Amino acid sequence: MKSFKKHWQFYLVLIVPVLYFVIFKYIPMAGVLIAFKDYSVVQGVFGSPWVGDKQFRLFFENPQAWILVKNTLFISLYQIAVSFPLPIILALFLNEIRNGWFKKTVQMVTYAPYFISTVIIVSMLIMLLSPRLGVVNHLLGFFGIHEINFMGEPSLFRSIYVWSDAWQNTGYSAVIYLAALAGIDPSLYEAARVDGASRFQKILNVDLPGILPAATIILILSVGNLMSVGFEKIYLMQNPINLSQSEILATYVYKMGLLNANFSFATAIGLFNSIINLILLVAVNALAKRISGNALW
Amino acid sequence: MIASKNRIKESYGDKVFLTFIYILLTAVLIVILYPLVYIASASLSSPLAVSSGKVWLWPVNFSLAGYEAVFRNPQVVLGYANSFFYTIFGTLISTTLTVLVAYPLSRRSFYGRNVLMIFIVITMLFNGGLIPEYLIVKQFGMVDTRWALLIPKAIAVWQIIIARTFFQSTIPDELVEASELDGCSDLRFLGSIVLPLSKPIIAVVALMYGIYQWNTYFDALIYLKTQALYPLQLVLRNILILNTVSGGNIDAAELLKRRDVADLMKYSLIVVACLPVLVVYPFIQRFFVKGMLIGSVKG
Repeated sequence: MKSFKKHWQFYLVLIVPVLYFVIFKYIPMAGVLIAFKDYSVVQGVFGSPWVGDKQFRLFFENPQAWILVKNTLFISLYQIAVSFPLPIILALFLNEIRNGWFKKTVQMVTYAPYFISTVIIVSMLIMLLSPRLGVVNHLLGFFGIHEINFMGEPSLFRSIYVWSDAWQNTGYSAVIYLAALAGIDPSLYEAARVDGASRFQKILNVDLPGILPAATIILILSVGNLMSVGFEKIYLMQNPINLSQSEILATYVYKMGLLNANFSFATAIGLFNSIINLILLVAVNALAKRISGNALW
Repeated sequence: MIASKNRIKESYGDKVFLTFIYILLTAVLIVILYPLVYIASASLSSPLAVSSGKVWLWPVNFSLAGYEAVFRNPQVVLGYANSFFYTIFGTLISTTLTVLVAYPLSRRSFYGRNVLMIFIVITMLFNGGLIPEYLIVKQFGMVDTRWALLIPKAIAVWQIIIARTFFQSTIPDELVEASELDGCSDLRFLGSIVLPLSKPIIAVVALMYGIYQWNTYFDALIYLKTQALYPLQLVLRNILILNTVSGGNIDAAELLKRRDVADLMKYSLIVVACLPVLVVYPFIQRFFVKGMLIGSVKG
């Protein structure tokens, strides 16, 4: 109570942010209840009748459900397979460069695309890959390759999504590893040099173990987000032709919930999505703890 | 002198490996720079040169036709103005709230800080999801108003953690005690001592919020219906993305020229939309790196 008297200004000032969290974060958490109800605007969240697991059954009886789950999973797994190792490799290689000017340039350039908005990234993809106007097809034509309608080819959708993401984010993600590398004890390098280790052996035996804790944490977090691949980008990349590959749970929730006003149904799918994420996070965390000793908790 | 004499000579294999790294990183540089250079060049070329594929690296038949078309488009100009509004006010609101939460959380003598921290971090792990969040915003009558882009996502927990970690590690307890003896109140201490000492972290937090506001389109997509309120990113989506999906048919000849200008305008539009971020990028880059590193230290 002494603290309350002493810091009364803090408590006063904190009222607004606490209200913010209650209203925009905690009340929506309670709002998840409508996944088990038949929500109607008139009756509101608490007045609407309970329907148990009806919304979930409705979703899983639809054969499309498994296509959505499959699309979501495949895109995420593909993305982790690419965007987890690339920043590590970039950081390890950058760390070998002693030329300050070259190193700075590479860092500055690879870091820059992170600041480009999703809308612009997708616009660039559509424009540069366009069959008639796109520079990629002009360049391919130069090598005698027939033009490809990249955005209209469902089988290419995942690759375009994943690799453009790597183009945008690898430099940014490498920063954390560069910091970990900078923190490695210099005496380890000296020891390695005295033992006659080659550059490659040094990377393998000093650098890699040095960034392993950071890498583990990042891998756990990305697996824990497996089911929440970027809605924003995929939604923009969708077109009627590639929908068979590009419709994921998050875009389906948006379409069902906000475009078709099917609030309860969409909330149920969203809830299913976050529960899987939570289970994955807990499982991977336990696994990582057992194998490497590094974990979130 | 002695050190350089004693240095172990690089082996042949190491030299090859290092050369390989240089070549690879140069390739990475090219892959990242090429699309950006191409778009800038195309935006400065003549409509015909772009559509006929003559541009591949530098501008061909220099022209500003694309930029003229961009600035003659009222939607773009309005979107630009709106985005500035959202970015400035959104950043102001978000940064203020973040500091007001983060500072008390950094003070050890503040009773309830652990409970409050848990209360906040929980929202990072669990959330109601799209629909329940939308329903709340709707209930507050914010749908289709400017508030919808400023308030519901005003505080990012990650920024609180970054700011709190910084306050904790840079504001010495002695300073607090001394000012308390002089009868300085908590808020006055925050305003006249903590803030001036924390300029770098406030810059980081404000920049991250600012970039988010400038680049995001999702909230505008779900909450706004009135076109006059659209931020630039949503205008861009309508012009750049929704128009192109239907493309690919055979065109009538007279439509061709007008279409060329419209296509060219897209390149100019991208450059114009990136301009504000591009201008501040060299200054913010090192701030961002700093912010990421502070955030990654366990608090």
